[in-house]
Amino acid sequence: MSQTNLEPVKISEKIGAADIEQKPTRDGYGEALVELGEKNPNVVVLTGDLSESTRAQAFQKKFPERFFEIGVAEQNMMGIAAGLALAGKIPFVSSYATFSPGRNWDQLRVSVVYSQANVKIAGAHTGVSVGPDGATHQALEDIAITRVLPGLVVLVPCDYLQTKQATLAAAAFKGPVYFRFTREKTPVMTLPETGFEIGKAQVFKEGKDVVVIGSGPVLYNALLAAAELEKQGISVMVLNNHTIKPIDSESIIAAAKKCGAVVTLEEHQINAGAGSAVCEVLSKNYPVPVEMVGMPDSFGESGEPAQLLEKFGMDAPAIKNAILKVIQRKVKNG
Amino acid sequence: MQKLTAQQLQLKANDIRQDIIEMLLEAKSGHSAGPLGMADVFATLYFNILRHDPQNPSWVDRDKLVLSCGHICPVLYATMAEAGYFPKEELKTLRKLGTRLHGHPHNLALPGLENSSGPLGQGLSQAVGMALASRLDRTTGRIYAVCSDGEQDEGQIWEALMFAGKNKLHNLTVILDRNNIQIDGYTEDIMPLEPLKDKYEAFNFHVIEVDGHNYQQIIDACNEARAIYEKPTIIIAHTIPGKGVGFMEYDYKWHGSPPNKEQANQALNDLRTLRGMIQGEHQ
Repeated sequence: MSQTNLEPVKISEKIGAADIEQKPTRDGYGEALVELGEKNPNVVVLTGDLSESTRAQAFQKKFPERFFEIGVAEQNMMGIAAGLALAGKIPFVSSYATFSPGRNWDQLRVSVVYSQANVKIAGAHTGVSVGPDGATHQALEDIAITRVLPGLVVLVPCDYLQTKQATLAAAAFKGPVYFRFTREKTPVMTLPETGFEIGKAQVFKEGKDVVVIGSGPVLYNALLAAAELEKQGISVMVLNNHTIKPIDSESIIAAAKKCGAVVTLEEHQINAGAGSAVCEVLSKNYPVPVEMVGMPDSFGESGEPAQLLEKFGMDAPAIKNAILKVIQRKVKNG
Repeated sequence: MQKLTAQQLQLKANDIRQDIIEMLLEAKSGHSAGPLGMADVFATLYFNILRHDPQNPSWVDRDKLVLSCGHICPVLYATMAEAGYFPKEELKTLRKLGTRLHGHPHNLALPGLENSSGPLGQGLSQAVGMALASRLDRTTGRIYAVCSDGEQDEGQIWEALMFAGKNKLHNLTVILDRNNIQIDGYTEDIMPLEPLKDKYEAFNFHVIEVDGHNYQQIIDACNEARAIYEKPTIIIAHTIPGKGVGFMEYDYKWHGSPPNKEQANQALNDLRTLRGMIQGEHQ
């Protein structure tokens, strides 16, 4: 495996700085929709009574004839999107991930993915960082139920800018795509030149002792943990594995070979999630010690986002602990 | 395609019914009652109503038939074969490895299939999406969605009806196979649906009830639906499950099972006798 696969991309220089720009990922979705609406008359947007909070509203104002308010009826919404796509449209289905694909998974499976209908499913409000709304509205299973479907692309962009780019990339891709975003403002880690390509993981930070393979806004905590550990002489690579499917096996294997130990990170159930996808690749190709950071087989609860990430172990200290633990295992094995 | 007359449709539906029996015998699994009951509606749609071209199945301005109750696909496959979408010999491949005629329809498997269905309730929403797209693109094709009555148990059906009514999708015609049976028994025992006509009217549909074995009534209802501009239309087609095969008629036990060799011979015998009578009448 050549090292060229692990060329770092350029990201913000303000990682860890108090004045790093903070923006909700969903804003990137809303802006991209308007951009797409201007460029492509086939782009249509559907929502189930959630146009404001999914940020579909800007598209609605600008292109009312291509915006469909379905009401609180997610199964019908997914089916209508499939019909629109089979007739040549590029529908974006906008809702909370707990409802879509949570509540309309059968429609996603048969009407969309099995039929290869060109539907884009935007799952908002994922992770415990949804906060005060509580467990019912914190999607922690959406990656598991989407990545299991044959031929469905699954994306987890890490910040506002990348969500915008992922939305544009999803529109350009021919076939069904699921992508998720979060509720709160989160640090904008990337730059316009960071780029985004479906299926191509990105090295956000170089390192050689251990690699954190993760996705979503929680990846910022990995960068914070890595910076701290660097001071202790531990070199941590951070790999932004934004495409859960089709997974970038090549980069994951190369990173595991280089570092010999892996920490997976996601704001999702550890079981069957993005980290499991990484383990599927590693166990088959290049087994190394792995620690998994994510939701520990538990539902969330109400609280402030930062409190919840701390309680359930997805903040920087938890990631740091996982890194130290996996390095110990690596030394023992070595 | 040239439109068949009511008399010609009667013979065509008889051919379709014989195809269905032969397919199911060969497949050794599948649904009998629904496909036989809907043979007259399908013959009328494909040989009189739909604007379609079996040689050019993706023609942009075609009418689209969306089968929502995928389990009655033997009648769809048989009708499509009769219409020339694919060779009739291929009907014998139903449900076998490598077939294009899956146990429930797959849109990617066979040109002319508009959608995939099986899990009930999904096709109607897809049809609604196609009707919306047709409206946006100003294409002239109509969308015909075929639903079963047991399927009306699904909440998604009523979500789709509400949306179609709200948006006055007059290019959508829903055809309901009202045969009163579902797998576990009679619809009114499993989950009562009546008063269906009132329910659909309350959901802002134009409702027409027809005898699902009367070709002229089916043709007239489809034409009436074309003329209604304020609402989508639903045609409640009252059908006899198993129609044409004496021992299957009205019996819900035939909803989900195929005939064995002996039963198939008897069924084909029934249908051939019926065919002789039809021809005799017309001479």
